[in-house]
Amino acid sequence: MSPDGAVARRWSLRYHGHMTGKRFTVLDLIDIDLKEHNSLDLRCIGGRKGLAREISIPDLNRPGLALSGFYDSFAYQRIQIFGRGEAAYLRMLASESRTETIERMFSYAIPCCIFTHSLTPDRGFFELAERSQCPLLQTDLPSAEFSSRVLRVLSNLFAPQKTMHGVLVEVYGIGILILGDSGVGKSEAALELIERGHRLVADDVVDMRCVNGNILMGAGANKIIGHHMEIRGLGIINITHLYGVGAIRDKKQVQLVVELEEWDPEKLYDRIGTQERYMEILGVKIPRLEIPVKPGRNIPIIIETAAMNERLKKMGYFSAKEFNQNVLKWIESDAARSVYFGQDDII
Amino acid sequence: MIEQMVKIKNRAGIHARPAALLVQTASRFKSKIFIEKETDRINGKSIMGIITLGAAYETPLKLIAEGEDEADAIDALVHLFDSKFEED
Repeated sequence: MSPDGAVARRWSLRYHGHMTGKRFTVLDLIDIDLKEHNSLDLRCIGGRKGLAREISIPDLNRPGLALSGFYDSFAYQRIQIFGRGEAAYLRMLASESRTETIERMFSYAIPCCIFTHSLTPDRGFFELAERSQCPLLQTDLPSAEFSSRVLRVLSNLFAPQKTMHGVLVEVYGIGILILGDSGVGKSEAALELIERGHRLVADDVVDMRCVNGNILMGAGANKIIGHHMEIRGLGIINITHLYGVGAIRDKKQVQLVVELEEWDPEKLYDRIGTQERYMEILGVKIPRLEIPVKPGRNIPIIIETAAMNERLKKMGYFSAKEFNQNVLKWIESDAARSVYFGQDDII
Repeated sequence: MIEQMVKIKNRAGIHARPAALLVQTASRFKSKIFIEKETDRINGKSIMGIITLGAAYETPLKLIAEGEDEADAIDALVHLFDSKFEED
């Protein structure tokens, strides 16, 4: 599992302060374990007593206006970034011994100050930070690069999240969430799909997270459980050991929901396929199919075909609608022909 | 729908054997059964879900049952927790 995904799973905070009991602090930001090209390269250079301060908003602020004295709508809840411009301004303030705006900034409960480009503030700034116990961090990264990396990490951590009961598989590149009551055959269908060469992302407990407001990423909820499946009669099996690393995947965007249900003779099932039904998960609309299960029906083949159909739709070919249009054209042309050929007096 | 809070009395928490017992009991009933720990809600009829909860000694859990036999389901499950899953 990717490190930032693993960290996000540990924290799973929610935006707007609905914390799940775990606070994300400045210390946690420094400690996050990220791969090289995502690494934040952060170290604490002062104000250590404030490392327990909480980061509650996944956003940044460059305090230029505040430092120059304008404090209306100062975004004090955000992480404050000090780049080359801000550092130069601080040097100017220091040379003129003007510290009021800096003192005023520290009077707010800002989470921390981060100096990019390996810049360091002057002695006076340090002391003011220590006095108000505000953590001072430093990174070698340039401001733009640091900003984009930290925003990525924060948006992942603060993404709306929930766990669902189902199986997430990847079939022909399409992330399919299989839902249904216990015992309907979700895991067994997934097992056959894996045997046919597709991939398991998560079984039973799927962690869903809404990234960027319109993408739903699904992953296994727990690293220890990982890629295991429970099959009634067999017990818990380890898919990675049985089928290899090519049969598993750590996370996948959820692009289709397949609901398996016991065949209900009273219910009307979709016979044409032109009407698209959706399920809303964490505010994202995902296309949804209802598949009735009956002994003798090959569910994995149906799921595979659904995946291929979904791929086709993404490419712009909506087979069911095209079929309907062709039928209409044929009926029209047939009706037109019968007007000419059905009447005796035309000849 | 019935909700009921329970506490784990087993020293080892809910590991494989109690989880299996829990699932077998829950699967006997027609009602939908969920178990909640803090904000995580999992399906009580799935063993992977229960193990994933990571429920340790003294952890409070919420049992939720919805269906025609919800009362019987809750009773059976509460009994399991109280009897420490037949350990000790």
